[in-house]
Amino acid sequence: METTSFAILFTSIFVANVILAQFLGICAFLGVSKNTKNALGMSSAVAFVMILSSVISWVVYHFFLVPYNLEYLKTIVFILSIASLVQLVEMFMKKYFLALHQSMGVFLPLITTNCAILGVALINIQKDFSFVQSIVNAVGTAIGFAIALILFSCIRERLEDSDVPKSMKNLPIALITASCMSIAIMGFTGMK
Amino acid sequence: MFDILTKGIFKENPLFVQLLGVCPALATTSSLSTALGMGAAFTFVIIGSNLVVSALKKFIPSNVRIPCYIVIIASLVTIVEMVMQAYAQELYLSLGIFIPLIVVNCIILGRAEAFASKNSLGASFLDAVGMGIGFTGALAIIGAFREVIGSGSLGGYHLNIPAFEPVLLFILPAGAFLTMGLLFGAINYLNGLKEAHYGNN
Repeated sequence: METTSFAILFTSIFVANVILAQFLGICAFLGVSKNTKNALGMSSAVAFVMILSSVISWVVYHFFLVPYNLEYLKTIVFILSIASLVQLVEMFMKKYFLALHQSMGVFLPLITTNCAILGVALINIQKDFSFVQSIVNAVGTAIGFAIALILFSCIRERLEDSDVPKSMKNLPIALITASCMSIAIMGFTGMK
Repeated sequence: MFDILTKGIFKENPLFVQLLGVCPALATTSSLSTALGMGAAFTFVIIGSNLVVSALKKFIPSNVRIPCYIVIIASLVTIVEMVMQAYAQELYLSLGIFIPLIVVNCIILGRAEAFASKNSLGASFLDAVGMGIGFTGALAIIGAFREVIGSGSLGGYHLNIPAFEPVLLFILPAGAFLTMGLLFGAINYLNGLKEAHYGNN
């Protein structure tokens, strides 16, 4: 049990990095990576919602959908539970944790349409993970997301000052940078 | 009328101009056939969602419209998923998780919100067809490029290009980022040429 959980954690952080190997959450990756502060806020908000939504989607799937043979409804049910969860969290945070809301609250509404969140919930079901394994996978994916996003934002801050051909400025060079990071991540392929 | 159809293909191309739907564009373009499969699924969902949203625009209360749109889109995606699983098993397996993830594709929700909820049934249909063709075309360009360079074939048929060794990198994730980066660079370059030619207005 211990080794498998560790394997899931390691795989989700490095081998199958959510952004650089699985292409989930690219919009957030390209959108908020212009400065490190936003990248930090976004990654903490994603981590928070990802773990909560993995818990909730696992519970909903195994206690409500499976007993009634409604597995095919999972896409609809998951997206709705994630959307309402995000809404509730935002309201709760605004009322009781105003400081926290100010630092990561702006990213919360964006997260509903972040494919990484729904993606992880679906992968947990697809790979038939147990409850604990789902949480481990969510934590690992969130760490992988944070690592990729924060490193990328640091590189992009430096790119701002460098002399790039005019037509390659901003997005094209950022994508090529991501390609180099993806090659680096490929070094982990095969490790499990 | 014709303008509504063509704007999705060129002037407001969802991927190349609006930069929406980048995730599936990177993940499902390792070959031409998966790119076209993704494009077809996407086109079906956007046509369906634009039609339903436009037909129901008088009945959807405006403060809960986004959840309503999401339910409509998610239902259509579930239909696509089940049809594909039944009749195109191979494609279903290669697209994998990206079929259910059409739900969170910002283009579809964006068109529902920005166009279908304000326009007639016919106009919404044309808009969806245009966006569908635009997105599928963009995916096909990326897919064809990556497949030719990465595995030396096109649409599954091996091309016998003399003295050419396929560059495996291009069908791997890193190649997806690289191709998109180069493509966006090329588009910027062409736009720059056009501006220099016609003057900056």
